[in-house]
Amino acid sequence: MSEVLSQEVAAGRSGAARVMTSRGAIMWYLVLAVLVLLSLVVPGFASPRTAGFLLLDVIPILMIALPMTLVIITAEIDLSVASTAGLTSAVMGVLWAGGMNIYLVLLICLIVGLLAGAFNGIMITAVGLPSLAVTIGTLALFRGLALVVIGDNAVANFPRELTTWATSKIGATGIPVFMVIVLVLIAIFAVVLHLTPFGRGLFAMGFSKEAAEFVGIDVGRSKFYLFVATGLVSSMAGIFWTLRYSSARSDNASGLELAVIAAVLLGGVSIFGGRGSVPGAVAGVLMIGIINYALRLQRISDVVLIIVTGTLLIASVVGPSIFEWMRKVRHDRRVHRDLTNPAKSSTSPAS
Amino acid sequence: MNRVWSVLRWREFPVAFALVALIIVTYSVNPAFLAAQGVKDLMLNATILVILAAGQTLVLVTENVDLSVGSVLGLTAYSVGVLFAVFPGIPIIAVFIIAILLGGVLGAINGLLVSVAKVPALVITLGTLYIYRGINNAWAGGKQYFAGDRPEAFGDLSVQTILGIPLITLIALVILAIVAIYLAGTRSGRDLYAIGSDSDAAKLYGVPVTKRIFSVFVANGLLAGLAGVLYASRFNSVGATTGDGIELQVVAAAVVGGVAISGGVGTVVGAALGGLLLTTITSSLTAMRVDKFWQQAVVGVLILSAVVIDRVSSLRTTRRLRVSEARNV
Repeated sequence: MSEVLSQEVAAGRSGAARVMTSRGAIMWYLVLAVLVLLSLVVPGFASPRTAGFLLLDVIPILMIALPMTLVIITAEIDLSVASTAGLTSAVMGVLWAGGMNIYLVLLICLIVGLLAGAFNGIMITAVGLPSLAVTIGTLALFRGLALVVIGDNAVANFPRELTTWATSKIGATGIPVFMVIVLVLIAIFAVVLHLTPFGRGLFAMGFSKEAAEFVGIDVGRSKFYLFVATGLVSSMAGIFWTLRYSSARSDNASGLELAVIAAVLLGGVSIFGGRGSVPGAVAGVLMIGIINYALRLQRISDVVLIIVTGTLLIASVVGPSIFEWMRKVRHDRRVHRDLTNPAKSSTSPAS
Repeated sequence: MNRVWSVLRWREFPVAFALVALIIVTYSVNPAFLAAQGVKDLMLNATILVILAAGQTLVLVTENVDLSVGSVLGLTAYSVGVLFAVFPGIPIIAVFIIAILLGGVLGAINGLLVSVAKVPALVITLGTLYIYRGINNAWAGGKQYFAGDRPEAFGDLSVQTILGIPLITLIALVILAIVAIYLAGTRSGRDLYAIGSDSDAAKLYGVPVTKRIFSVFVANGLLAGLAGVLYASRFNSVGATTGDGIELQVVAAAVVGGVAISGGVGTVVGAALGGLLLTTITSSLTAMRVDKFWQQAVVGVLILSAVVIDRVSSLRTTRRLRVSEARNV
């Protein structure tokens, strides 16, 4: 990393140029290229219907991907997000069926998400357990609580105005109204990560927890906030899911955690921590959503399409490794040549 | 007194204790729980999870994880169905070999990607989880093969018993013993612990880290292949969704059994006990007439307690080591 930085400094790249050639930016170029290509090749792709269905499908993944990006940048992980969404959905169904005011129900749902996230946060930061182990546990626990709450019932009769609102579009653009909330969330997380000291601290602790502590970052507290935020956003995704399909069930959103993580990693967030961006993660989510949608238009079934998700995920992590390896081979060869032929290297400027 | 303490400090003690306590409590509430049929069901239910947990232990000990086992199990179980349907007279042993080898190939792909790309196994096997499941979906479509499509002798493996133990459970026990002895007693098995504790140190010491990690994934694939065959023998239908989501149960079983997710610690016996505990909970909740919906929440609590116990014991070890090192100076 430091090598890359020094090269960039040496080449005199300004801030703007660095942003334009970052991994996140490259993902956006790819997304745009794929969009243009598909509009030309696939009949019926470039239409408001596409925007509507595509965005409705990716909204839950997109929402959870935002806090997940921050969590993974600090070199932690949260596998319990889909279970939190499922628990929220179950609570929502039972309270609504019990006759409570719907807005009070929604408020309680958000509190459920906060508490779920806070529980993860306490186990990870205060007790000091590995996040992978804790959230595998809460993945089972929260989904289990969802089952305890609602069993194998389904609640469907949510207020008509809310369910139609969840799927309504902005005018003739086909863009769901709910995207406004998602855009606000994207803006909040992007600003927090990229423009605040708190966000820079997250990168620092992803590189080295000890070093971050040493320069005065409260690692425990920052991570606690992140897990609480993840819980809260997951419950929002659960509420959206319930309203969109107009059905509260214990198995809502199950398996979503893997789709979220796949999209975030595809967007250039490093699983080792310390690297990644919110725009990149958003592009990763859109990339998977767009390709899946286009293939679905070709009548390729959903269940087969997960091959695409898997391949993209592996390619996105193996690709850079191979690139790195090739650069190392080239570098070694150059060093070898310079060493065996010192006369030539002495004339070249010291690097 | 010392001996009592050493048993209490035994890493597998909490899970063994929980298992015995669970069985005693359930038996006192409902004696039918330990009738011959009940015990047989307990063993049958645990068999597949125990094999997968043993394989996963090998992977976890090296500080890796294999999330693709559910998809590998699905593919191999479905291929068993296809083999019997396409070649009606095929010998059962040939089916075993082909399916296990298929599992090994899928595991080798995981191993190759993990050891070549130097990317955390979590990411790679998450990818192959999707890819293998997608291939299974594309191959099977909506088709399912039922027990009636397979020879009776094959299904009998999970019906007939020797000394009250079902045949597939016997197979699992033999495999378990082999893997346990390998991990605890052979040089390359001990290497895995060294890799999981500190892979750089292991490399300096001369352990062929890349090769060991590759072979661990192959071994886990072979075991998942075996689990797939046994699944096809035990359960009525195999199709596109066979084994979906079992990977988290497998990791849970290992963690509950004292295998640390951060590598370097844990035994195959512990993981097997963990698997047995998880499947026994389901049966005993039914036997005690507890709402079946509580089962998964209980599993979650178990995993979390196992992780906390692990943390407490490792803190205690660290303190003891620090004291003894201080005295040595």
